[in-house]
Amino acid sequence: MTCLHLLLTLVFAVSLGTPVEIQRPRGVPLTKKQFYEESKPFTCLDGSRTIPFDRVNDDYCDCKDGSDEPGTAACPNGSFHCTNAGYRPMFIPSSRINDGICGKMTLHLDISPQQCSMHGMVLHLKFFLCTDCCDTTDEYNSGAKCENTCKELGRKEREVLQKMAEITKEGFLLKQQLIEEAKKGQQEKQSKVTDMQENKKQLDEKVEALRTVKETAEQPEKEAKERHLKAWEEQKAAIRLEKDKAKMAETFLELDDNADGFVSVSELQSHAELDPDADGTLTEIEAQGLMGGAEQVDTSTFESVWPKIKDKYHSESQAEEPAPVETPPDEVKEPVVDNDSEPYPEDDISEEEDEDDEDEDDYHEDDDKAQPTIKTPEKTHEDEEAMPPYDADTQALIDAAQKARDDFEEAEKALREMDDQIRNIEKELSFDFGPDAEFTYLYSQCYELTTSEYIYRLCPFNRVSQKPKYGGSETNLGTWGSWSGPENNKYLLMKYEQGTGCWQGPNRSTTVKLTCGKETVVTSTSEPSRCEYLMEFTTPAVCQEPANIDPSPHDHVEL
Amino acid sequence: KCDMSEVLRQRELKPGQSPYRALLDTLELSNSRLSLQLINDNNKVRLLLELYRLQGNMTRVKINELKPLKPRYEVPDVLLSDPITEALSVVAQDENSLVVSLGGKDQRLILSAQPFRLDIVEGSQVVMSLNSRGLLAFEHLRTRKDTISHKISSTVGSMWDSLKKDDDKPGMWEETFKSHTDSKPNGPTSISLDFSLPGVEHVYGIPEHADTLKLKNTDGSDPYRLYNLDVFQYELHNPMALYGAVPVLISHSTDRTMGIFWLNAAETWVDISSNTTMFGKILDFVQVSSEAPQTDVRWMSESGIIDVFIMLGPKPADVFTQYASLTGTQSFPPLSALAYHQCRWNYNDQEDVKTVDQGFDEHDIPYDFIWLDIEHADGKRYFTWDPSKFPQPKEMLQGLMDKRRKLVAIVDPHIKVDSGYKIHNEIRSKNFYVKNKDGGDYEGWCWPGNAGYPDFTNPEMRTWWASQFAYDQYEGSMENQYIWNDMNEPSVFNGPEVTMHKDALHGVWEHRDVHNLYGLYVQKATADGLIQRSEGVQRPFVLTRAFFAGSQRYGAVWTGDNAAEWGHLKISIPMCLSLGLVGISFCGADVGGFFKHPSAELLVRWYQAGAYQPFFRAHAHIDTPRREPWLFGPENTALIREAIRQRYALLPYWYQLFYNAHRTGQPVMRPLWVEYPDDFATFSIEDEYLIGKDLLVHPVTDEGATGVTAYLPGKGEVWYDVHTFQKHDGDQSLYIPVTMSSIPVFQRGGSIICRKDRVRRSSSCMENDPYTLYVALGSQGSAEGELYIDDFHTFSFEEAKQFVHRRLSFSANTLSSRNLAPDSQFSTASWIEKIVIFGGSQPSSATLKSADGTESALEFEFDSTLAVLTLRKPGVNAAADWTIVLR
Repeated sequence: MTCLHLLLTLVFAVSLGTPVEIQRPRGVPLTKKQFYEESKPFTCLDGSRTIPFDRVNDDYCDCKDGSDEPGTAACPNGSFHCTNAGYRPMFIPSSRINDGICGKMTLHLDISPQQCSMHGMVLHLKFFLCTDCCDTTDEYNSGAKCENTCKELGRKEREVLQKMAEITKEGFLLKQQLIEEAKKGQQEKQSKVTDMQENKKQLDEKVEALRTVKETAEQPEKEAKERHLKAWEEQKAAIRLEKDKAKMAETFLELDDNADGFVSVSELQSHAELDPDADGTLTEIEAQGLMGGAEQVDTSTFESVWPKIKDKYHSESQAEEPAPVETPPDEVKEPVVDNDSEPYPEDDISEEEDEDDEDEDDYHEDDDKAQPTIKTPEKTHEDEEAMPPYDADTQALIDAAQKARDDFEEAEKALREMDDQIRNIEKELSFDFGPDAEFTYLYSQCYELTTSEYIYRLCPFNRVSQKPKYGGSETNLGTWGSWSGPENNKYLLMKYEQGTGCWQGPNRSTTVKLTCGKETVVTSTSEPSRCEYLMEFTTPAVCQEPANIDPSPHDHVEL
Repeated sequence: KCDMSEVLRQRELKPGQSPYRALLDTLELSNSRLSLQLINDNNKVRLLLELYRLQGNMTRVKINELKPLKPRYEVPDVLLSDPITEALSVVAQDENSLVVSLGGKDQRLILSAQPFRLDIVEGSQVVMSLNSRGLLAFEHLRTRKDTISHKISSTVGSMWDSLKKDDDKPGMWEETFKSHTDSKPNGPTSISLDFSLPGVEHVYGIPEHADTLKLKNTDGSDPYRLYNLDVFQYELHNPMALYGAVPVLISHSTDRTMGIFWLNAAETWVDISSNTTMFGKILDFVQVSSEAPQTDVRWMSESGIIDVFIMLGPKPADVFTQYASLTGTQSFPPLSALAYHQCRWNYNDQEDVKTVDQGFDEHDIPYDFIWLDIEHADGKRYFTWDPSKFPQPKEMLQGLMDKRRKLVAIVDPHIKVDSGYKIHNEIRSKNFYVKNKDGGDYEGWCWPGNAGYPDFTNPEMRTWWASQFAYDQYEGSMENQYIWNDMNEPSVFNGPEVTMHKDALHGVWEHRDVHNLYGLYVQKATADGLIQRSEGVQRPFVLTRAFFAGSQRYGAVWTGDNAAEWGHLKISIPMCLSLGLVGISFCGADVGGFFKHPSAELLVRWYQAGAYQPFFRAHAHIDTPRREPWLFGPENTALIREAIRQRYALLPYWYQLFYNAHRTGQPVMRPLWVEYPDDFATFSIEDEYLIGKDLLVHPVTDEGATGVTAYLPGKGEVWYDVHTFQKHDGDQSLYIPVTMSSIPVFQRGGSIICRKDRVRRSSSCMENDPYTLYVALGSQGSAEGELYIDDFHTFSFEEAKQFVHRRLSFSANTLSSRNLAPDSQFSTASWIEKIVIFGGSQPSSATLKSADGTESALEFEFDSTLAVLTLRKPGVNAAADWTIVLR
């Protein structure tokens, strides 16, 4: 132990299937063999110093770069090369030499139990880091009884690589299709937008033209309606006057108890309700006041008394006519008119402004529905004194204007719809669907994964959510944020952010890890940190073009 | 203070003439025990005072009721055994006083009869006085007034009568805290005593508090409280009680170091006040300068008796030895427990454990233990595994074992009340649960929901509990699985102050009597279980959150649920130093902070600090983002890797210090004053400390720091920066510029530290690796150190003397390794790889003389700018005798 000699190992370097024995110090890769010549002093690979060759692998670190101890753990920064015949050669940190830990490179090949919608199974590959040598050459003096597992590993790796190659190949083909489709779709959409923009121009013009037509038709309509209304008002006034006169005459007769053709102060006093100071009695002086200072009035002078008493006067004969306080129909209509110009109560306006468009739209709908109930009380009134129908000329003007309005609104609606469509397509076109638009097909799709407790739902470029399997409300695990893969390929990770807030924690967020697969499937979900979700998702869109060279593990890849 | 403990009624008692009088005619003196009666002249209740002189310069003072209505609780299982007593003799007596010789060193104890007080004097100096402020109080057990005639009760009126006329004050027989009611069937039972320390300005200890190392004056604030509690998000610089309690106070001045051990497990409060001395006139033959500073300390406990051990030092090391002789030393942990621990609430499942394990290898970061918090168990039923997350625990443990790594699983002392749970059923059927005041099983809420609390004070219960760790009982467990006891204050979510009701019953004793002891028992029973499962072969490792005096015998403690804040990083130093002073060396704080999310800078600084604290574990709350060392970018990963690697390289030194702590009771992590007791400048330092006596650490604990000012103690001494090898003079404050990679650490000139510089994946992988000796020459050109080696995990070092313990010394240009334990034997594969000597000159030759007499020349290199000499590959076995001569 204390004076380790240079340890030479016999290694089988498998190259083109022909084993060759090559002598070199332990832990040295073939590519560096020429630096370790037994007959010469050794110069550290960084050139920092030269030492006698017997100090190579003597279990003492002489070179700052660790190059004098490729086969021992003496240098903190050294590395050990193992050939791993049957598998793949590799370097391990020299701190793993003789640490008593055997190479247990576990290479996991999980067949996801998930049935795919189109083809058979989804392969889910997980490579485990190789931390020790499978050929056991790193444990030459630790007492650990390690088994050479290289052949087994090689076989497994070949299997995996083969399967992976198949997947990649098929996936890549699918990807090409996706790219084709996406390009086609993109072009279609592009030209559709162009077409629509052209159409939109025409529509714009049409809307403007119809607006003019509408406005032109509305002017005579308005005038005719006003005329009609005015005539109606005048007629109503005449009728009202006549009614009043009749009432006055009737009242005179009622008040004239002794039927002498005069209404006297005392006769008037019998109607205490006429008391002007509301103290409950109509005094003689007060009654006289109402009668303009006269002791009695005849029918003609009663005309001047009538206006002072008619509002308070209670008929003696009929309690049946409670004389509804006649309100001009205009007043009743007023709230309705107001409602039209002010479609929602003032209190709500400030709140409304903070909310997004969608909510506002909802509100309008509600408001429209609410209006008919407000209108109802007014209707009874109209029944009583309904305005006579418009005359034929006016009606013709109205019909013409209404048609112009309808035409205009229809055209305007069509324009709005077109705007929406254009906006939607432009929004879609603005997404980063990858260098070749290969992720386009994921747009407006959703993919689900059901676990023991939850149903997870990924709608790419939109949102991720989670819903308890056995009832309960959905939780937003994040809305589309950005591609967030490593610099060299940002399209390997998607980040969904600003989901539902966590108690005492951040808003939920999800990272979606994309791997190559034939199917487009969510393969797993986990929550590595509270409220930070990780979703694994396979898609052909990330499949790389398969290398043309045969992926034989026998190839000697020396780093 | 209406929300504070009823114990604090005692604080109403103001200093003044004590109502107690010693009845000198009741004096009884046997060879080693002096007893006499004390009477309270206000109520005529008699107390019994017992005095003992204990081996190793200690005095024990015990005061109990002479005839209590029923026995009062005396704390069992904390003292190692009955302390060995020494002879006492009365050397003088008059009608009002008694002078007792305390053995050698001219030490006497003067007992004054009226008012009663005790003064311990050495030569002509008073070193400590008891009841000099008249604060001795003892609420005797009494019968409740409403059940007996007033006539009788008036004759046994409380001592509080002198303060207030009414005997039954609110809170005496029943007390309400928030919505909880304490029935207090025994009425008021509190006790109190004051101690005066002339010449003392610095007192330490009485952990656990998130506060300064030097205890603060509590005049005008709350006293320090000792009552084990599960405190949610504790505040810093606050005397409030935390998870553990060690009722030991250490005083230090340039003249003397002393300790007061107040052996009481009930809720306890300690008042500290700084005064100037007021002696002289009481004892005319005692000379005290009237200007001298003085610290007065007052202890108050809710129940039990007064049982105080006065440790008279006089040196810091003597106090540690004295306390260790009473309560034992730090358990000697397996080496791996001193390495790095990776914890999180929670590693979600087996796959997660595997991935994290793999992550460490992928990033070439060493670690020894991965930890599983409460989520690993099936519905928080400890001793079980969640069947969907951890379906194959043995497979997981075997995977870790293949990597020579280990796992810790949590086992808390609250047991889910569930008739389908074996552990619960057995405890219930054996009647092992703590009882409520009405005799039924006490139940409270904790992690599993409704839970019972095993009565760990019952030795039969502890035996049963220990047996549950047997491999055939604890399904899925393996020998590389160790245990963590959390929530053992005990934590009861719906209990008063989140703990157990004081009127709950442990056999005949109330919970109020045993409260602070509960956590110790939990850890003891668990550690016993781990020892028994290996048939006594393997050393256990158990981490606890609650603790008491003596807990050092059972494993490690941590500072509980801290937060990812710079203040919490800073406070971890005084918190662990305070624990070290009172015997508990194996201490650490959650690296990174438990609550909240640390910035990358804070996390790195915390790793750098934690790498130089005894218990080195990263931990995080379940609601925080993941923070494994490689999640903060490659630069921070490299910084964290380097900090952890420094820890692993120094493991031989840590291990030797823990062996030393186990053998002698000396703390591993020490305040500077412990090694520089005459240097007043060190007395309040808490931002740096010593590991053993040879490494001084000043971690960077400020955000954005560009430098730290370290105090290097020792006139005429030198210190070497362990990273740059630069030499600095002692007795100076040194500004050290720092970068993110800096961890200011200095090796004392005159020391030799052994390191293993080949850092590997886990400490087990390094067990046969060679040592490098770092020889830092002192100003006299000499240096000394020790090397301790054993199998790193069994009791063979103790039971079969299988270990290597060597003295390494350098003087007169000769470095030699000498056997310190000739009757021990152990063979090690480790050898001496390299020797690095700081502060020497260039020799012309270096000759190695082996034990068999052979001589060989060693190659060497000398760096003249730093005066660093490196001897190449001596190659001798680490257990061998050898000498190297430089010429």
